[in-house]
Amino acid sequence: MIDFKLTPEQELIRKTVAEFAATVIAPVAAELDEKQEFSMELTRALARQGYLGIIIPPEYGGAGANTLTYCQVIEEVSKACAAQGVTMSLSNSLVAYPIMTYGSEEIKRKYLPALASGEKLGCFGLTEPNAGSDSSNQETTAVDDGDAWVINGSKIFISNGGVADFAVIIASTNRAAKIRGLSAFIVDKGTPGFSVGVKENKLGIRASNTAELVFQNCRIPKENILATPGRGFRIAMDTLDGGRIGVGAQACGIARAAYEAACKYAKERKQFGSALIDFQGIAHKLADMRLEIETTRLLTWKAAWLKDNKKRFAKDAAMAKLYGSEMATRVAHQAIQIHGGYGFIKDYPVERYYRDARILELYEGTSEVQRMVIASYVLGV
Amino acid sequence: MNIIVPIKQVPDTNDVRIDPETGTLIREGVPSIVNPEDRHAVEMALTLKEQNGGGRVIVLSMGPPQAEAALRETLAMGADEAILLSDRAFAGADTLATACALAAAIRKIGAYDLIICGRQAIDGDTAQVGPQLAEFLQIPQATYVQALQRESDGLLRVERAVEGEVQILALPLPALVTCLKEANHPRIPTLKGCISAFREKPYRVWSAADLGVPLEQIGLKGSPTQVRRTFTPPPRGQGTVLTGDPAQTVRALMDTLREKGLV
Repeated sequence: MIDFKLTPEQELIRKTVAEFAATVIAPVAAELDEKQEFSMELTRALARQGYLGIIIPPEYGGAGANTLTYCQVIEEVSKACAAQGVTMSLSNSLVAYPIMTYGSEEIKRKYLPALASGEKLGCFGLTEPNAGSDSSNQETTAVDDGDAWVINGSKIFISNGGVADFAVIIASTNRAAKIRGLSAFIVDKGTPGFSVGVKENKLGIRASNTAELVFQNCRIPKENILATPGRGFRIAMDTLDGGRIGVGAQACGIARAAYEAACKYAKERKQFGSALIDFQGIAHKLADMRLEIETTRLLTWKAAWLKDNKKRFAKDAAMAKLYGSEMATRVAHQAIQIHGGYGFIKDYPVERYYRDARILELYEGTSEVQRMVIASYVLGV
Repeated sequence: MNIIVPIKQVPDTNDVRIDPETGTLIREGVPSIVNPEDRHAVEMALTLKEQNGGGRVIVLSMGPPQAEAALRETLAMGADEAILLSDRAFAGADTLATACALAAAIRKIGAYDLIICGRQAIDGDTAQVGPQLAEFLQIPQATYVQALQRESDGLLRVERAVEGEVQILALPLPALVTCLKEANHPRIPTLKGCISAFREKPYRVWSAADLGVPLEQIGLKGSPTQVRRTFTPPPRGQGTVLTGDPAQTVRALMDTLREKGLV
C-alpha cells in the first residue's frame, strides 16, 4: 500500500540535512558559483555528515539508507547548492552503486569505505566526444595484456573528473561485439598513462568540477574490472537508471529554492501600491510552481519506492528525471519573471537557480533520451 | 563522566502567535523543536564526555509521547540513551512539580557526575527548573555557565556569565549547571547519528508509578503556581526629548521625575 508519510527517522534526517544545508552550504554557494570553485572543504563536510555514503551498506562504512531517504538528503542539499547536490549524487548513485552491485569483495573493501568517509572521491566516465546520447558508441578501448588491461581513449564532461582519486569507466574490450563488448573498470589516479585534461567552464553547477579524463597506454591491474567483460553497458544503464531518481530529487531542491525566493520577493515587493503576491497573475504563477514541484516529488518518491521494494523502476525513474528537470527550468524561469529586472542580476539568487537547473535536462541522459526510454517501456518501440 | 541532560520539547516560538482574545499561545500547526539552549546543554555534555575519556550522556525529558522526537534528535547528536517521563499524572506541572518528577527520575537512574540543563525554555522563560532540580537533589549548582572544565583534582571549574562579569567557581561533583547558548555551537546530527538514534540506542518511557513519587507532588496537584491572567503588555508610549540649554533641560527632567514620584 502506498504511504505518503515519511518515517520519524526520515523526518529527522530531512530536518538535520536542511539545517546543515542552510547553515554550512547556503552561505557560500553564491561565492563558489561566482569563482567556479570546487570546495574540498565542503566536500569533506558532506562526507563527515555521511552524505557521500548514504546508500553504501554499513559493513562498508556507509549509512545503509534506502533510496527514499537518499532523495530527502539530495533535495535539501540541492536546495542550498545544486553543485553540492551533484557531488553527493555522483558519489552515491554513479560511483558507489556500480561498485556495490558489480564489484568483487576485494574492490568493495578497497573503495567503498574510502568513498563513504570522503578519504577518496570518485567519478564516473561514460561520455566521450562521439558517445553522448549514443553512449554505446565507445571509442575508449581496454585490451587484455596478460596481467593487465591497457586502456586508451578519453572521457569528457566528467563530474569530479579533476578532483577524483579514482574513476569508474566504461571501455570496449571487444569492438566487434559493440554493446556486448563493453566492460566497466576502476582506474586509480596516479596510474601512469591516466591524466586529467581540460577543466570545463560552465553555465551552471559551477562549484562542481567537470573535466576530461585521458588514457594513454594506461595499464591497470587485471582485477580492476566490475563483474565480467561484456557487462559494461548493462552496468552503465543500471547505474544511470538509479541515478535518475536522484536527479528528480535535485530538481525538487533547485525548484524549491527558486519558488521560496519568489514567494519571499512577491510578499515584499510593492508595485501599484500592493504587494506582488496580491496580484492574481503572480499568485497563480506561484500556485503553478508549487504544483509542479509537488508533482515531481510524487514521481520521484514513487520511483524510489519501486527501487526500494525491488520492483522495476527504470520507466518511473526516467519520468521523474524528465518531468523534474524540465520543471526546474520552468520554475526557475518564473522565479526570475516574478523578480522582474532584479531577477536578472546577481544580487538575487534566482539567476543562479536558473543556470543550475539547466544541466538537469542534459546529464544522466538528455530529455530526448528519457523520452526514448519511456516510449520503449510504454509503447514497446 | 556520566552526565544527565534534562531537555524540553517546545513550540518553535519563531512561529508562535498569541490569540488576542484569550491571551494564550496558538499552538496549532506550530512545529515542535528541542528547546534551543537544551541543544547547547547536550553539546556541552558530549564535549565534556569526549574530553574526559568516555562515560555516558543520558537525555531525560518530561512530556507527552510526541516529545520522543526531541529525545531522538539529541540521541542523533550523540547522547547514549534517552528516558521520557510520560504519564497523565505529570500533566499541568509547573516548574516545581516538573523538577520534582525529574529529581525522582534522576534518583532512579542512580550514579551520575553532572547534570547539565539549558538556561531556560523559550516557552516559559522561567529558568527555574535547573536550580529547583539541584535543590531537590541537594547538590551544588552553578547557573549561566558559559564554559567548564574538569580539573585534575576532580573539581569542576565553571565560568558563570553574570551581570557583565565572569565569575569562576569550582564545584565538587556531582553537581548541576545551567548552560548559556554562548557556550558552544551544537553539532548537527550526522546521517548515521540519525539512524542509530532510532535503531540502536536505548529509549525508555517511565510512568509516575515507575518513579514511585507521591501523586500530590507532581502534575497539576503538585503545582503551587496559578496563572491569574496572561496578556500582551501595552506598547510603551513615545519618549520625550528635551533639547536646549543643559541647565534648563536638567531642571525640566528633574521636575518631570518629581512629578511622577520617581525621585
